[in-house]
Amino acid sequence: MAAVGLVLPMAEEGESHFPPTPGDFWQPMFAIPGTEYFFTRPMALVLIATVALMVWLQLTTRRAAVVPGKGQWVTEQVYNFARNGIARDMIGSRDFMRFVPFLFALFTFILLNNLFGIVPPFQNPPMARIGFPLGLTLIVYVVYHWVGLRHKGGVGPYLASMLPSGLPGWIKPFILLLELITFFITRPLTLALRLFGNMFAGHMLLVVFIVGGWYLFKTFEPGLMLVAIPAWILGAMLTVFEGLIQFLQAYVFTLLAASYIGGALADEH
Amino acid sequence: MTGDITLLGYGLSTIGPAIAVGLIFAAYINGVARQPEAQGKLQPIAILGFALAEALAIFGLVLFFIAFFVG
Repeated sequence: MAAVGLVLPMAEEGESHFPPTPGDFWQPMFAIPGTEYFFTRPMALVLIATVALMVWLQLTTRRAAVVPGKGQWVTEQVYNFARNGIARDMIGSRDFMRFVPFLFALFTFILLNNLFGIVPPFQNPPMARIGFPLGLTLIVYVVYHWVGLRHKGGVGPYLASMLPSGLPGWIKPFILLLELITFFITRPLTLALRLFGNMFAGHMLLVVFIVGGWYLFKTFEPGLMLVAIPAWILGAMLTVFEGLIQFLQAYVFTLLAASYIGGALADEH
Repeated sequence: MTGDITLLGYGLSTIGPAIAVGLIFAAYINGVARQPEAQGKLQPIAILGFALAEALAIFGLVLFFIAFFVG
């Protein structure tokens, strides 16, 4: 694990990180030759998460037994949670199985990436860079519109299905406009921004208390050094709280993705 | 004292969503206390409502970003 610390750059000495700014989340590792782009620390973390998930799923399911071992049991619990708790509840028992692999992948991927925010050698949530949630949202966006178009059979019926039934005729255009804004702008925007905002703000909060405590401690004045201790205690408590938020955000993202898919598949509005 | 007024604006914009999230979970706890077997049904609804109410606070954060970088 020490090697990871060497590969992933930490905050450099000398430059101030207090108070933290959005710029602190930009952590390039090396320039990609021939382009003006950089390979960044969140990118490395996403790659690590992908490989770790692949290895974990391979190892725990390769010799699947009727009486599961410890690893298989954990995998089954997570799978059951994504299958029954998210997919079946939101999409309905008729055609949720088609989406379980997608939702399971989304949930585990986001959860592991989020947890990197508080796991010591990594300590950087990749989802605090807007590009990653945007990419995930784009997949969900395409999936639920595609599913809706396929299920309703064309653009016309799909648009008609957005309207609640029993509306007087003159109000329909206005409601349709609102529904179009909801389907095409608000939903993807909030889906991406919620994950991003939570990871970003949560990480910033941790930086404020832990780095802020360090700056207080560094003054070597007895009064200020005493204040640093509650700051660190609060930082430790917030780390636990962050873990809860990180799980919750992975859950919420997957839950909303499933509810959008379920809404596209519903026969009645 | 110097600082960025957009931070203050963001702080104000979180009041509404905070009250909303509180109300949602109050209703959820109430519901579960009255009928514990309904917890499985209420939980996704509560989390969904919480996520939707929270979106407003997230919009505030984005506006803060815009003001922070542009203004």
